[in-house]
Amino acid sequence: MPFVPHTPDDIVAMLDTVGVASIDDLFDEIPAELQIGELAAIPAGMAEMDIGRLMQSRARADGQPLCFIGAGAYDHHIPAAVWQIATRGEFYSAYTPYQAEASQGTLQLLYEFQSMMVALTGLDVSNASLYDGASGLAEAVLMAVRANRKVKSEKVLVPRSLHPAYRRTLRSIVSTQGIELVEVPFDPRGGHTAIEALDALAEQGPYAALVVNQPNFFGVLEDVDALTDWAHDRDALVIGVVNPVALALLSPPGDWGKTGADIACGEAQPLGMPLASGGPYAGFLCCRQEFVRQLPGRIVGRTLDLDGKPGFTLTLQAREQHIRRNKATSNICTNQGLLVTAATIHMTLLGAEGLERVAAACHANTARVTQLLCALPGVEPLFDRPVFHEQALHLPAPAADVLRSLAAHSILGGCDLSLDYPELDPAVLVCATEMRTGEEMQSYASKLGRIIATRTQAPSPVAPEI
Amino acid sequence: MLIHDRSRPGRRAAAQAPLAMPEVTDIPAALRRRSRPALPEVSELQAVRHYTRLSQKNFSIDTHFYPLGSCTMKYNPRACNTLAMLPGFLARHPLAPESHSQGFMACLYELQEMLKEVTGMHAVSLAPAAGAQGELAGVAMIRAYHLARGDLARTEILVPDAAHGTNPASAVMCGFKVREIPTGPDGDVDLAALEQAVGPRTAGIMLTNPSTVGVFDRNIQAIAARVHAAGGLLYYDGANLNAILGKVRPGDMGFDVIHMNLHKTFSTPHGGGGPGAGPVGVSARLESYLPVPLVAFDGEEYRWLAEHERPESIGRLTAFGGNMGILLRAYIYARLLGREGMRRVSEFATLNANYLMARLKAAGFDAAYPQRRASHEFIITLKREAKELDVNAMDFAKRLLDYGYHAPTTYFPLLVPECLLIEPTESESKEDLDGFVAAMIAIREEAQTNPELVKTAPHTMPVRRLDDVRAARQLDLAWQPQGQQQGST
Ligand SMILES: Cc1ncc(COP(=O)(O)O)c(C=O)c1O
Repeated sequence: MPFVPHTPDDIVAMLDTVGVASIDDLFDEIPAELQIGELAAIPAGMAEMDIGRLMQSRARADGQPLCFIGAGAYDHHIPAAVWQIATRGEFYSAYTPYQAEASQGTLQLLYEFQSMMVALTGLDVSNASLYDGASGLAEAVLMAVRANRKVKSEKVLVPRSLHPAYRRTLRSIVSTQGIELVEVPFDPRGGHTAIEALDALAEQGPYAALVVNQPNFFGVLEDVDALTDWAHDRDALVIGVVNPVALALLSPPGDWGKTGADIACGEAQPLGMPLASGGPYAGFLCCRQEFVRQLPGRIVGRTLDLDGKPGFTLTLQAREQHIRRNKATSNICTNQGLLVTAATIHMTLLGAEGLERVAAACHANTARVTQLLCALPGVEPLFDRPVFHEQALHLPAPAADVLRSLAAHSILGGCDLSLDYPELDPAVLVCATEMRTGEEMQSYASKLGRIIATRTQAPSPVAPEI
Repeated sequence: MLIHDRSRPGRRAAAQAPLAMPEVTDIPAALRRRSRPALPEVSELQAVRHYTRLSQKNFSIDTHFYPLGSCTMKYNPRACNTLAMLPGFLARHPLAPESHSQGFMACLYELQEMLKEVTGMHAVSLAPAAGAQGELAGVAMIRAYHLARGDLARTEILVPDAAHGTNPASAVMCGFKVREIPTGPDGDVDLAALEQAVGPRTAGIMLTNPSTVGVFDRNIQAIAARVHAAGGLLYYDGANLNAILGKVRPGDMGFDVIHMNLHKTFSTPHGGGGPGAGPVGVSARLESYLPVPLVAFDGEEYRWLAEHERPESIGRLTAFGGNMGILLRAYIYARLLGREGMRRVSEFATLNANYLMARLKAAGFDAAYPQRRASHEFIITLKREAKELDVNAMDFAKRLLDYGYHAPTTYFPLLVPECLLIEPTESESKEDLDGFVAAMIAIREEAQTNPELVKTAPHTMPVRRLDDVRAARQLDLAWQPQGQQQGST
């Protein structure tokens, strides 16, 4: 019997100890009419080698197309050691570290993770993870509304240049609590959030917080200093949504404007998590010290044991659901511990210089592929402002059609922007991480060139080859 | 020693980063970082050794019996991990087109279908990232249902006092007031109290069955009828599904919406605090509200159903639709078990729990509900020991660590004093259960002859009991570079 160790003798002896005749008797408190027979629609069990064969064939079926999509999930190199260590049983199969003395490994690692996120974001404290970047932003927004003591408002300014899936997630999580999300348009030329756009919304305020995305969904770099100061001048808190790899190059939220952002959150996926169809990833959330009691999720602290020796423990648990129940800062319980384990090992192996190399290489590759693609007729950057490692491009033919043709050649050419931004149609968002080679970029450009040629030439009597 | 303490300026794990560092010239200086973040600078070997050693300071299922009640710490089959980490699955971008996703989507679709069958629900969404997010989704669906009917007076969610803390917290996150219902002396929900609480303000009730006190609520059909008659809906917290898998189904009990913790019942890893997966199942009347994305199949092709196709959905809960790699692990586990194996899960989880309870009772420990059958877990109350020997549940828990057993859940549920909530799971052998009983007996003897030994336990762990008050008062939440003020890089 898979995963059940009982021998026939064990079963007899155990039933005898309990004082029942059969296993069925153990269910005799359950009303008989509720008990079911066979689960007909569930297939019979499989041997490991058979499920192995099935999964191999399914994994293979999806091919491994060349990926030029970023849009919130990035194809970075992950050092071999990261997942070899993260999947050690002692990390993989442990529970949340409630029993501190028997969980010092996980607890110390979480403390180290918090320390690294504090270093990257330039803020004072970090939690030990949320589900992902988007749900993490929802928690950040709820936190900001609670934490802002100067402005009692349930309105939060959210730029339209924030990732569409983040905006949708945010809406589904916070709207049941009466929070109003006010959309800030982006500048049609620069793709950034202009101060004038905020000024135009100022009268509808006051606002509890402003969300600042750096880089924004289009890869465009925002004027984070000016945006931060604009919000602070109006007593709104500033929530930075940041890419942790980008932070190796870009000014950290703690340094934004005159006094720094108040909260920073984002997606930790670029720190050692495979693309894996979108998850599991991990959200991070950092803030200034004064807001620590409003921070949701697990937090690990360093303290002393009975002998005065340093050790680690979950702390400030009075914020959490298992202590405060309906008065907790959030309902979150299980979070993304294993991914944080990977992220911590990943950051350790790369170090600040390694992360900067990764960031610079992605940035250079994206610039390179942009250059190659923009040499094609009708392809040009949508916006004229500086970007980081992502580029929005205007296409001379419908994006969905072009991307489909590229996919048929095993190239994922980018994210179709027209779905969420019909005003930009036809446009794609392209990213080339450090993993993309010059040859791969060339191949993308030449395939795209041929596709554009067939789409923009006068219709020919022969069916196009692509 | 922290990894930061091993750091030396100029040291690197050089093989891990790109060889070249292209110069970045097109980002304005004002937007650039002024100094490098204080990340550790260590060699690859130092990193590997440090984290390998840290891992060795953990208890885990792979190393220890871990009878943590309510958490279902059963064996996480290695095949599930290996196969979910096949290169093809890891490399798939979340926005890859359906044409390059059919193999992956087939797994998700079949998992949806299997979960429908084992729970008796009409439709399932795999989107929630953990149990608590499933609760949030479930309560949001209850809210959407009442709102759509113009039934605006339903502002309360009923929650038994034995419920997990996430239940009331989730209800509040959806804008509801929580009304607590007491548990009766036999462990079932107090029906008289329910009768008083239920009414036109009731949006729904959140129940765990078997409950967190480790018994199956025998009145579930009456409760369902009562709440439905008042116009409320029933939410099922599926954290304890392991107890009834293949035996009884929440859908048949009358529940309208449920979440499952795949990281419990479907044996995906707990990972030192996640990731989990908390799919939700619903009855027909809530189907249109399910969180997105869903996977549809027309007999030929798998398709995503997202916001556009599901306009009434409560929406999206994470950017890319859920903890996909965990869903794959659960799918593999479900296929390994098959229909027979699923039933075996609940049968042997229940046998192990009842055996362990019988042995502990025979050894003189007090079960909280001695007249009841245990489900997959049960409660021992050490109230008597605490009074007579001045050694409490926490002391027992800590001393168990010295004996090589992870402690059961302590002080939850709160209504039973000095409680240990014990869940052995089906994957433990009789010998391991016997060893645990022997340790409990030995600890009680120590409590009689040498109570200090127990009260100051553990003695063999990497650290002794930690000063939690100090941790909360003198907050030390991050390593500080020497002579540097945080927040001013
Ligand atoms: C009874 C019960 N309900 C809900 C939860 C919450 O689930 P999760 O931790 O996956 O959010 C848990 C587990 O932690 C639980 O034991």
